[in-house]
Amino acid sequence: MKALGPILAVVAAIIALWYVAAVPMNIQEVLTQAERAGAVVEPEGAMNRRDVNRFALVLRNADHLGESWSMERARLPAPHQVVKELWASTWDEEVSGRRGIVKSGSLSNRSLIYHGSITLGATIVGFLIGSGLGILLAVGIVHSKTMDMSVMPWAIVSQTIPIVALAPMIIVVLYSIGVEGLLPKAVISAYLSFFPVVVGMVKGLRSPDAMQTDLLRTYNASKPQAFWMLRLPASVPYLFASLKIGIAASLVGAIVGELPVQRGGLGARMLGGSYYGQTEQLWAALLFAAAMAAILVWLIGWIEGKTLRRMGVTQ
Amino acid sequence: MILVFAAVAVWIGAWAFNGWLANGRFSDLASVRLAVPLIFGATVIVVWELIVRGLQVPPVILPPPSTIVGAFFGNFGVLWPDFVQTFAKGALGGYVIGCGSALLTAILVDRYDFLRRGLLPVGNFMAALPIVGTAPILVMWFGFDWQSKAAVVVVMVFFPMLVNTVAGLRDTSAMQRDLMRTYGASYWQTLFKLRFPAALPFIFNGLKIATTLALIGAIVAEFFGSPTRGLGFRISTSVGTLALDMVWAVIVVAALTGTAFYGAVAWLERRMTFWHPSQRK
Repeated sequence: MKALGPILAVVAAIIALWYVAAVPMNIQEVLTQAERAGAVVEPEGAMNRRDVNRFALVLRNADHLGESWSMERARLPAPHQVVKELWASTWDEEVSGRRGIVKSGSLSNRSLIYHGSITLGATIVGFLIGSGLGILLAVGIVHSKTMDMSVMPWAIVSQTIPIVALAPMIIVVLYSIGVEGLLPKAVISAYLSFFPVVVGMVKGLRSPDAMQTDLLRTYNASKPQAFWMLRLPASVPYLFASLKIGIAASLVGAIVGELPVQRGGLGARMLGGSYYGQTEQLWAALLFAAAMAAILVWLIGWIEGKTLRRMGVTQ
Repeated sequence: MILVFAAVAVWIGAWAFNGWLANGRFSDLASVRLAVPLIFGATVIVVWELIVRGLQVPPVILPPPSTIVGAFFGNFGVLWPDFVQTFAKGALGGYVIGCGSALLTAILVDRYDFLRRGLLPVGNFMAALPIVGTAPILVMWFGFDWQSKAAVVVVMVFFPMLVNTVAGLRDTSAMQRDLMRTYGASYWQTLFKLRFPAALPFIFNGLKIATTLALIGAIVAEFFGSPTRGLGFRISTSVGTLALDMVWAVIVVAALTGTAFYGAVAWLERRMTFWHPSQRK
């Protein structure tokens, strides 16, 4: 409870700031609407207001700010508008909507649950492929000096380059050879989660110190025994730390992968929202993606906690 | 088919040579440590070239490296303004603003324990979110030019930098702080003479993470709208016309930029934190 107080205070401050910021952000549209409704706005005419400072407009028209938090397609929709849209495009759309799962038996293509599940599928498949291959490569690197010296520097360098730039090309190239749907996005997710896992896992497999490896040598343990009984257990905390980075990267990969081909998914939803000025839809998709990332990272943290406790690591 | 066999032969030969180098008696020499990855990289490129030519892979699927190098030098006049737009204006501008403001916020957060306990969990949470998703919103607010890209970069680098700096500012022992108190040092003196230098390894860790994020943010933000130049713009338009050699050339530029940017920050780190155990030879 003691830890929660400050966090809640900060979150409340952010929401308050959001509300305050919505006033100057939306002032132009609010005043235009008020003027159309017959109010006297200073200065008159949307053209004359265009280059006036936003804060000056707020101060000079303090009486006409009532619509700031209820504008449609606002530049910055207020938090409750976003929450409303979030509710409308998840629960409402599925339960009471014509296309929803209750009435039609399949997820509505206008709901965030539908788009989120598309993104989630690609994220999970890509993450499993990427982290699986990453662990395998790490095992190879630890056991083969040739592989270590040849591949490891490149794995480290790859962390410094924006490999997400490859995403549009991968989508289009795979599309042109007939692969579409979930797989191209999963490929992007996979290579984004691949390198962090390799680097973290190599570090983890190397974490047993000389004393521990020497002890195993005095026991005459074979290489596989040393791997299964010492190196692999020792690498688990490192593995989970990099899995958390990996899954967050996978989600980014899946979202970016949805930009070039508009076939559903949160990325497509965001791009659609930005094309058509549907800001509430855009913010709702963003918050949905954020919640998904938080849940995925939390899930891995939960598995980590369970695993470490089973392994007897005191927490 | 001969070319494909040649590729296999090159791969086996180079791998055997690398194995001999890595397991031989010179494997600890600095030159060998540098040579082995370079040989591996060169092998990958040669094998790529031979296989693409041998199997006659169409250039709209995978262009051979020689074509990419040709596109890189042939379109230098196009790529340079792209680089300036994306890196010098978008990424670097956002990087400086984002890291600078995170640093100042961190000093404030560190001063008040309440803020630290409130903002740090929120910051940790934000650092894991797909912040790239704010790109369409920021492009809508700040227009198509580099300002919106810089804004995306600011949002992306802010939280990792904040979390690292706050962690660093706490990385002094009670003994060290007590010593400063016995000297009668003020808060600011303690900050600048003890805690800030002690925080530098953490700050540089944040700065290094932020280099990659800055480039990612600047490039991805251009996918949501940009003027007719920029690396992200070039990628999305070249993909549209299936000019894949150009796409690869842009990726080469992005990779070189990212590595050089990271290298520059790492060099600065070595110069400024030479006293830290991790930097000692």
